[in-house]
Amino acid sequence: MGRIFNRSYPLRFPVEETSLLSLKIGDPVAISGEIYVARDAAHQRMLAALQENRALPFPLENGLIYYMGPTPAPPGFVIGSCGPTTSSRMDKFTIPLLARGLRATMGKGRRSPAIASACRKYRAVYLATYGGCGAYLNRFVRECVLLAYPELGPEAIYRLKVREFPAIVVIDVTGRDFYAEREKRYNDSQRP
Amino acid sequence: MKEISLLEVTDKVADLLVSINQRLPARVERLLSRARNQETVVLARHYLEVILKNLKVSRRLHLPLCQDTGMVTVLAECGQEIRFRADPAGSLTGAINEGVAIATRQGYLRSSVVEPLSHINTGNNTPAVVHFSLVPGDRLKLTVMAKGFGSENASSLAMLTPASGWPGIEDFVLETVRKTGPNACPPLFLGIGIGGTSEQACFLAKVALTEIAIGRQPDHGLRKLEQQLKERINQSGIGAGGFGGPHTALDVRIKTYPTHIAGLPVAVAVSCWAHRVGQIEL
Repeated sequence: MGRIFNRSYPLRFPVEETSLLSLKIGDPVAISGEIYVARDAAHQRMLAALQENRALPFPLENGLIYYMGPTPAPPGFVIGSCGPTTSSRMDKFTIPLLARGLRATMGKGRRSPAIASACRKYRAVYLATYGGCGAYLNRFVRECVLLAYPELGPEAIYRLKVREFPAIVVIDVTGRDFYAEREKRYNDSQRP
Repeated sequence: MKEISLLEVTDKVADLLVSINQRLPARVERLLSRARNQETVVLARHYLEVILKNLKVSRRLHLPLCQDTGMVTVLAECGQEIRFRADPAGSLTGAINEGVAIATRQGYLRSSVVEPLSHINTGNNTPAVVHFSLVPGDRLKLTVMAKGFGSENASSLAMLTPASGWPGIEDFVLETVRKTGPNACPPLFLGIGIGGTSEQACFLAKVALTEIAIGRQPDHGLRKLEQQLKERINQSGIGAGGFGGPHTALDVRIKTYPTHIAGLPVAVAVSCWAHRVGQIEL
């Protein structure tokens, strides 16, 4: 399926606003630049920091958070297996981050309708990458730096340098949601 | 009377756990590549292509194929004529856990197991969940499953009423699949446990899942119901990666057990496409 990759939209993070505006649900993207890794426990800490007006471990502005907890890097590797975790667990943490300038989140699976609305409001996108394909995705990561909360182990915050890391647009800046639209079409088709 | 060394159990479990994290059972891989060949929805086919590439990269680089190397479940069928040689591990459970700890270190697995309330990481994926059964003979058979929680979180139990019957069971399974949708990394494998008590139904569902991977001959009387259920699930429109198409579930296996006149327990054990199971015999 080289075909689909030829059509991939290049995205560089930190991102320029205009490059997100033309993305539509179902579009494949190829992400380069610097992105940040955080999952459940790191989100809890970040939200606590925001509530207490403390600085976050990384700049949110125009950034991307990848929901992921890698396996340890074997010798000779920058990172281990590094596929996405289920994004919906982060729904309750995401909106305050979008409000402070975060422009993209990436994981796997659905988001709540509130996230789709917030994506429209803050002109952000939600991307899904390939669930279970952590070994394949390893090849797109060029650097991995432990940034904060090392005591959380696999749940710490990392900064990644990635090159053409592949993903699919699930929620676009207009708030359209690929999965929600698919499910609605299915439910409509089941009605007598 | 046969003696089995617990050290040998530890070594075998460690090797097996590393290898199932890098290589899927032949049957699982066959079903995935068949799905890829038949898939016509562009994004779903693309995802299936990436899945098969991932399996190659994992094997070539000896990286775990998924970063969620899971929590380990072991089904231990213990021949009742076996005597275990007293080794440092102390017990068969201890020997299995030692194997899990070694695999975590040597196979660069993620430490994903924590105390449930304090969230303190045990640091080596122990303890495994071990189920024992005593069987005739002098063989020890261990079925080892490494299961990620993206799909484990989708597993579900319902205590239906006897009047719900098969239609009630079908509806519950479909509701479970629809609720998780793209989250549990479809194409899925589903083990269904029907009957017994609440915990027995859950156990049967897990055993059914392992049998899918190993390819044991299914209970003939249930094959038609399994097919029927799979067809309904695959009409749900979820598809591979949630991108649509007919590959929501690649296999469904049912196991039953007699139950009480007043109940109908049904458990659904959900596995993602990365269904990691292996077996050793000593």
